[in-house]
Amino acid sequence: MLRFFHQLASPKHFYRISGKWIPWLGAACLAFMLAGLYQGLLVAPTDYQQGDSYRIMFVHVPAAWMSLFIYMVMAIAGGIGLVWRIKLAEIMAISSAHVGASFTFLALITGSIWGKPMWGSWWVWDARLTSELILLFLYLGVIALYNAVEDRRTAARATSILALVGVVNIPIIHYSVEWWNTLHQGPTVTKFDAPSIDFRMLIPLLLMAIAFKLFYAVVVLLRARVEVLQRERNTSWVKALVAEHE
Amino acid sequence: MNEFLHMGGYASYVWSSYAIALVVLLANLVAPLRARRKLLTRLAQREKRAQRMKR
Repeated sequence: MLRFFHQLASPKHFYRISGKWIPWLGAACLAFMLAGLYQGLLVAPTDYQQGDSYRIMFVHVPAAWMSLFIYMVMAIAGGIGLVWRIKLAEIMAISSAHVGASFTFLALITGSIWGKPMWGSWWVWDARLTSELILLFLYLGVIALYNAVEDRRTAARATSILALVGVVNIPIIHYSVEWWNTLHQGPTVTKFDAPSIDFRMLIPLLLMAIAFKLFYAVVVLLRARVEVLQRERNTSWVKALVAEHE
Repeated sequence: MNEFLHMGGYASYVWSSYAIALVVLLANLVAPLRARRKLLTRLAQREKRAQRMKR
């Protein structure tokens, strides 16, 4: 087991193994997404309060969950890279930033589109929305900082510190609907007692959440592979690969 | 079918959300694939130049 992780941390093996995983992860992602869309758009009943507008939830909530999840992955991977100087951890951290930013953007924009018919406004400066907007700026800051520093390893160290500092925002986002009186509704799925959501709505939501998680896995691996090639461009195995590409 | 597309009067909100989601997901897939191809082409050119220098 330890040997497996040790090998995986070597860029060459990571490149080879991830190449094998991507098609399977991609196929699973597609299957879950199609099932989720079918269940969410056709099977799930209309909400008695929100009509059919609530179906935005099936993209909004998974995107929002992933925006937090990816941030934690990025910060933890960055922290590992910082402490143990594992190149692959740095690569995973920076490869997560773009996907995370795009999911945060997606959560904000679909929330806005959902807010218009339900709250009568595209945007309110409510605690949940504001803290999620700050999350987007944190992601963009990480990306900008990484691109601003020439040396990749120095850049990775700087961005990891920024990402770790930004972790303070994560519990604020999560608990914002409980700490403050927000227009944004409270949690319905992660409550300790039975979730207060219809089973036929919960199923597509979970299917879509799994699909989004798999999608993140695919994209982060694709991005990490490019980053590995870039960093290892002077090694013989990359040169052999380039010759093959010709 | 028409009723399905109508989304109980919320068609523009629901479908624009799903369309934006689709665009964001596709962009996420296309970006690394393009970056990979560009990088490989650039590395191949660099290799060719290095070979010429040797001769």
